[in-house]
Amino acid sequence: MAIARGGEVTIRDLSKSFSLGGRQLAVLRSLNLDIRSGECLVIVGASGSGKTTLLRILAGLERADGGAVAIDGRKIEGVGEERAVIFQEPRLLPWLTVLGNVAFGLEVRGVPKAEAERRARFYIALVGLAEFSDAYPRQLSGGMAQRVGIARALTVQPEILLLDEPLGALDAMTKISMQEELARIWSEENVTMVVVTHDLEEAIYLADRVLILPKEKGGAARLIDVDLRRPRDRSESRFVRYREELLREFGLH
Amino acid sequence: MTLQHIERPVGIGRHEGGNGFGTEAARLAGRTSARILSRYGVLLGFLALWQVAASSGWVNAAVLPPVDTIVAALWKGLAGGSLLGDIAISLQRAGIAFAAAVVVAIPLGLVMGQVQAVETALDPILQLFRQTSALALYPVFILLLGLGEASKVFVIFWATLFPLLLNTISGVKEVDPKLLEMARVYGARRLTIFRRVVLPGAVPSIFVGLRLGATTALLLLIASEMIGANKGIGFQVMNAQYNFQIPLMFAAIVILAALGLIANQALVSLQRRLCRWSSTVG
Repeated sequence: MAIARGGEVTIRDLSKSFSLGGRQLAVLRSLNLDIRSGECLVIVGASGSGKTTLLRILAGLERADGGAVAIDGRKIEGVGEERAVIFQEPRLLPWLTVLGNVAFGLEVRGVPKAEAERRARFYIALVGLAEFSDAYPRQLSGGMAQRVGIARALTVQPEILLLDEPLGALDAMTKISMQEELARIWSEENVTMVVVTHDLEEAIYLADRVLILPKEKGGAARLIDVDLRRPRDRSESRFVRYREELLREFGLH
Repeated sequence: MTLQHIERPVGIGRHEGGNGFGTEAARLAGRTSARILSRYGVLLGFLALWQVAASSGWVNAAVLPPVDTIVAALWKGLAGGSLLGDIAISLQRAGIAFAAAVVVAIPLGLVMGQVQAVETALDPILQLFRQTSALALYPVFILLLGLGEASKVFVIFWATLFPLLLNTISGVKEVDPKLLEMARVYGARRLTIFRRVVLPGAVPSIFVGLRLGATTALLLLIASEMIGANKGIGFQVMNAQYNFQIPLMFAAIVILAALGLIANQALVSLQRRLCRWSSTVG
C-alpha cells in the first residue's frame, strides 16, 4: 500500500459564466466540493453543464469568475507542477518519438534529458508501449497515441491527474480495455484522479464517487458513492443498478 | 536488366505466384523497370518525339534543333569551359540573394507569426510590396543601385523574400493551439514553447517557402540577366538567340532547368532529414 501524497482539492463557491451573444450564460454556480486525496472522482453531466470548464479551472487553464480552488490548502493560480492533464486528443508533438513525447513534460520542467528519458521509459513500459519507444506519433493507432499521452502525464508524477474525456475519441473495444488500464494505473500510482466523461458506464467503472452537475438553473450538484469491489465487474447486478440510478438522474430511465 | 523485363506485363508474376517465371530477383528487376517506365516514360517519349521531329524535318531544325545537337552544344560549353563562368556568376547572384532572403525572412516571419502587434503593423506595407511585381521594380532598383551586381542581387532578393516570409508566418500561426496548451500545462514558458513547439511545428511550412523561394530566385535571376548583363546563364540565353546560336540557347535553358531541379532536390532531401516525423514530404 502506497503512502498518501496529498492531492486534496477544496472547491469553494466556484462560479463561472460565459457571454454568449451578449448574454451571460452561467455554467458553474457556487459549486462546493472536496476531492479526497487519492480518490477517483468522475464528473458527469449533460453537455453545457460545465464539466469540462470545471476541469479546466482545476487545471489552471481557465480562471473562475468567483470562488476559489485550493490544493492541499494552497490556493491555485494557473497551472502547477502537482497537476497533469490528459486531454481527449493525445496532443503529441508529431516531430518527437514516443520517448521524446513522454519525456517532454519533465524536460520542460528542467529535468536533464537523460534522467527525463530514464523515467519516461518506465512509464512507457507501464502503458505497454516499450517496443514503440522510437516510433513517431503518426505510426500509432488512436489507442496507442492516447496511452502515450497518459504516460507523459504520469511521468511528471502528479498528485492530481485531470482527465478530460480521455477515452471519448476511441472505438468501443479500445475504450473498454483502456478503462481497465486507467483503473489499474490509478490503483498502482496512488494519484488523485478527476475524470470528466459522458459515458455513464465508464463513470461507474472508474469512480469512487460520481459528481453529477446540474444543467438547469438552480439545480444542485449531486454526489453518488460507488461502493463496488475492484476490479469492477460490469455485469454484476449492483453495477447495473448504479447505472440505472445515474440514468434516472438524467431522466432517461 | 533487359528489355524483356520491361515488356512483360507486371501482373503476371503475381498471379502465377512466380512459378515458372524465374527468380525473385528477376521479378524485382521487372517491377523496378516498370516503375522507371511509368515515371519517366512520358518524358522519354517527349524527347524522342522532339528528336524525330527535328531531325526528319517536321519542324524547322534551325528553330528547334534536334536533341543530340543541343546535348553536343551543352557538352562543348561545359567541357570547353565557356559556359562555366556563366554558371558561376549566376549561382553567385542567386545564391547571395537567396541566402540574404533566408536570413531576413525567416527571423522576421517567426516574429510576425508570434507577435500580433508586429504583424498588424507590417502587414499592409508587405501586402503592397508583394503585389507589386518585382520585375516592375527592377528599373527602380537599377536607378538606385546602378546596373551592376547590386541591383541584380537585390531584385532577386526582393522577389524571394515574400514566399519565404509568408510561408514562415503561416507556419508559425498554424501550429495547433492544442499543442501550445499542452506545453503550457506542463509549465512551459513562452520561450520554451517557441523553441520546442512553435519552431519545429513551423518547419514544414518554412520548407514550402524555401522551395518556392528557390524557384522564384532562379526566375528573377534570368530576368535580371537579360537586362544589362554581359555574363550569366540568362545573358547566354538572350545572347545566343541574338546571334542565332540556337543549340547554345537551348543548352543554356537546359542548364537552368537542371539548376532548378538540383535546388529543389537538395531542399527535398534536407527536408526529409529534418522532418522524418512527417509523412507528407514530397
